[in-house]
Amino acid sequence: MSIDLSQFHQIFFEESFEGLDVMESQLLDLQPQEVDAESVNTIFRAAHSIKGGAGTFGFMQVSEFTHVVETLLDEIRSGTRSMQRNYIDLFLQSVDCLRAMLGSLQSGSEPDGERAATLKASFEKILQQSADSDSQVTEEKPTVADEGCSNGWRITFRPAEDILQTGNEPFRMFRELQELVGADNLTVIPLTDNLPEFTSLHPENCYLSWVLEVRSDVNRDDIAAVFEWVADDCDIDYQPLSVAAAPDIPTADTAVTEMAESAVSTDSTEPVSAVIPDKVSEALSASAAQQAKPAARTAGKSNEPSSIRVSIDKVDSLINMVGELVITQSMLGQLGQDFDMSRLARLQEGLTQLEQNTRELQESVMKIRMMPISFAFSRFPRLVRDLGGQLGKQVNLVMLGENTELDKTVMEKIGDPLVHLVRNSLDHGLETTEQRLAAGKPGEGTITLNAYHQGGNIVIEVKDDGAGLNEERILNKARQKGLVPETQELSSEEIHQLIFLPGFSTADVVSDISGRGVGMDVVRRNIAELNGSIEVKSKRGKGSTFIIRLPLTLAILDGQLVKVKDETYIFPLVSIVESIQLQKRSLNHVTGSQYVMKLRDEYIPIVRLDELFNLRASDDEFENPMLVVVEGDNEKVGIVVDDLLGQQQVVIKSLEQNYKRVTGISGATILGDGTVALIIDVSDVGKNLDKSAKGQSRSDQAA
Amino acid sequence: MDALAIEEKKEPGSSDDQQYLTFMMSDEEYGVDILAVQEIRGWEESTLIPNAPDYIRGVINLRGTIVPIMDLRIRFGLKRVEYSPVTVVIILKVERENGERVMGIVVDAVSDVYTIADASTRKPPELTEDKNSGFIKGLVNVNEKMVILLDVDDLLNISEDKYHSGFTDNQSLFN
Repeated sequence: MSIDLSQFHQIFFEESFEGLDVMESQLLDLQPQEVDAESVNTIFRAAHSIKGGAGTFGFMQVSEFTHVVETLLDEIRSGTRSMQRNYIDLFLQSVDCLRAMLGSLQSGSEPDGERAATLKASFEKILQQSADSDSQVTEEKPTVADEGCSNGWRITFRPAEDILQTGNEPFRMFRELQELVGADNLTVIPLTDNLPEFTSLHPENCYLSWVLEVRSDVNRDDIAAVFEWVADDCDIDYQPLSVAAAPDIPTADTAVTEMAESAVSTDSTEPVSAVIPDKVSEALSASAAQQAKPAARTAGKSNEPSSIRVSIDKVDSLINMVGELVITQSMLGQLGQDFDMSRLARLQEGLTQLEQNTRELQESVMKIRMMPISFAFSRFPRLVRDLGGQLGKQVNLVMLGENTELDKTVMEKIGDPLVHLVRNSLDHGLETTEQRLAAGKPGEGTITLNAYHQGGNIVIEVKDDGAGLNEERILNKARQKGLVPETQELSSEEIHQLIFLPGFSTADVVSDISGRGVGMDVVRRNIAELNGSIEVKSKRGKGSTFIIRLPLTLAILDGQLVKVKDETYIFPLVSIVESIQLQKRSLNHVTGSQYVMKLRDEYIPIVRLDELFNLRASDDEFENPMLVVVEGDNEKVGIVVDDLLGQQQVVIKSLEQNYKRVTGISGATILGDGTVALIIDVSDVGKNLDKSAKGQSRSDQAA
Repeated sequence: MDALAIEEKKEPGSSDDQQYLTFMMSDEEYGVDILAVQEIRGWEESTLIPNAPDYIRGVINLRGTIVPIMDLRIRFGLKRVEYSPVTVVIILKVERENGERVMGIVVDAVSDVYTIADASTRKPPELTEDKNSGFIKGLVNVNEKMVILLDVDDLLNISEDKYHSGFTDNQSLFN
């Protein structure tokens, strides 16, 4: 009757991580002076379920560690101890430690016990220097235990009827008890006094109760630990064995009487107790299977199955729409069975309806992948608190638009760049309290995270009210590194853009505190990989704002369709700077192979897409070529095409799945007429400039 | 021309019997494992892939999936022929470590389905200088006619191909 628990591990981990997130956010909101009972309860509950789950799944290290955390929380909850600042810090560290432990367990490795042990020691130290009421309890316990030690205990265990539905299995506890005291020293007597008539018996309820006789030298607390998870829902009565023999114990008494009274009922006890566990395991596996389903469904090909929680509203609207689609389909099917031209209008109407349904369905399906950005924002209160403490700066974090939704994949990838930006703002942007006060600003700095939708994009702003970018120093640094010629004068905006250049370490420029490995160029590249863009606005003494624009989803792209010979290609619209008529006379030859064009005050390299893709013989000339100026990896490139077609949203499909990676192509899509069009990888085309230049020189020689 | 469904005939036979779908090219009959055949379609215009080897005709949209189409005649170095409305594309599907791979092959015509015992297949003669011999799994005689059995896995494996074109030599730089 054993269930393979490992299949539920993933759910346990997910729930535990969620629990930890809850603990963390509640802890961060907690003020030691005025402790809100509800938030302490929330933290306690989260810790409690992690401990319970860990115990069930045999992650003893986790459950033991959580136990001490919980003990302290319990004392705070019950009011025997007041919350203190250092407790909060300790709890936060425990959250980190638990997260690390669970993380390593999830990846199948052994968790680091050292950190847990250190923290555990600090908890125990706190627990020992306990409040008065605490010591009373500890004094009391041994006396009771002493009494029972010699003989053992009689435990009357009356679980709540719904104990099985909450996933608690009495047999598991008994087994645990048996392990504790040894098989010979434990007698379990089931009580059937609450058993209803068979017709009114609900299979998922537990009607049995038990009398457990422990004839062993055990501490009462150890036994209580076995029943810890159910203690709140159950009626558990401990009596030292010597006392239990006396007839004034009603429960034990009834049990004995009942058994003596009716031999039949005693007989029936056996089968019933055998049946119920069956039901238990059935119910357990059924409910567990229900939980496991969403995880299994969304599990992708990757080794670590990831899942998303979808609100029931979204699913309902999806079901609605599929219903509509089915109706439209059957309508069209009927129409098609005996069709004549007189019903053409009806057909067109049906097709319009079908189109509408399909589009709505697509939108709803896309929405499933959408999650509120609060998932990405949630880590920042902690980060700001810790880093602010480290740097000795007072920081107030304001988060706006947390319910703005974006694609899960985008969310996962935007996390790190955002962390970098927030750290930068905190580290380099905000001044110290003294400096702020001297500048006539409030001592507490403010960092604002704001997210909102704009067109088909999501905009995320990271704003601080610090000193702003030091343009002079940035420009000097850039000149020093040879990134900007000595003589060239730059506007403020142009200077701000400099910080995104590779090799431009912000740490060198603005602050003495070292950067953390990645520069702004990496942030910019990460965002560019998501087809997004970043810009910075800064005002000296007022602060700076980083503005990130991202597409809502990676699966859909705003595309510009172009024609090259007979083929249609698609440029991502975000990468296009401008599209112009190509003027042959503005072309210049550089080093005999590479064409460049003077566009206003810039020279940009020119690539012929038809040559790059080997589409036509080199003597075949363009008639009225268009030039699409794109920007990829900070480089502008002009790409020559035959014609510009329309703009449309396209769904990105993989070319690699059935073929392989093609240089210059990032993917494919299906156009309205059902044909395939390839999507240009703009940065790839830019990187291939040199190569294509060589190709061009070769064709020049040939011609 | 609509996709033709293939009826899998359940023929009694020993466990090492395998069914092969055969097709014609230049009067020769070739066979592929029928379990690898997903469907048979007519030829339709495909979208060119830049700098692809000449035997890759392009990609088509197969109900939302991008599927490359290979001209088996060119792949095997046979004479090119004009495509006609009866030119047939066999869509093949093989399992890979990183998921399944679907690809279409253009052939002259579909021929028959045979049940062939593994024991009756002969190894192809060693033709070391012929690069196409790698695709041949074996030869078998059916009704006094030779059928060339092809290894679908090898046939669909194009990623390791070396070929020359514009800028693919330093492709590793971009991967």
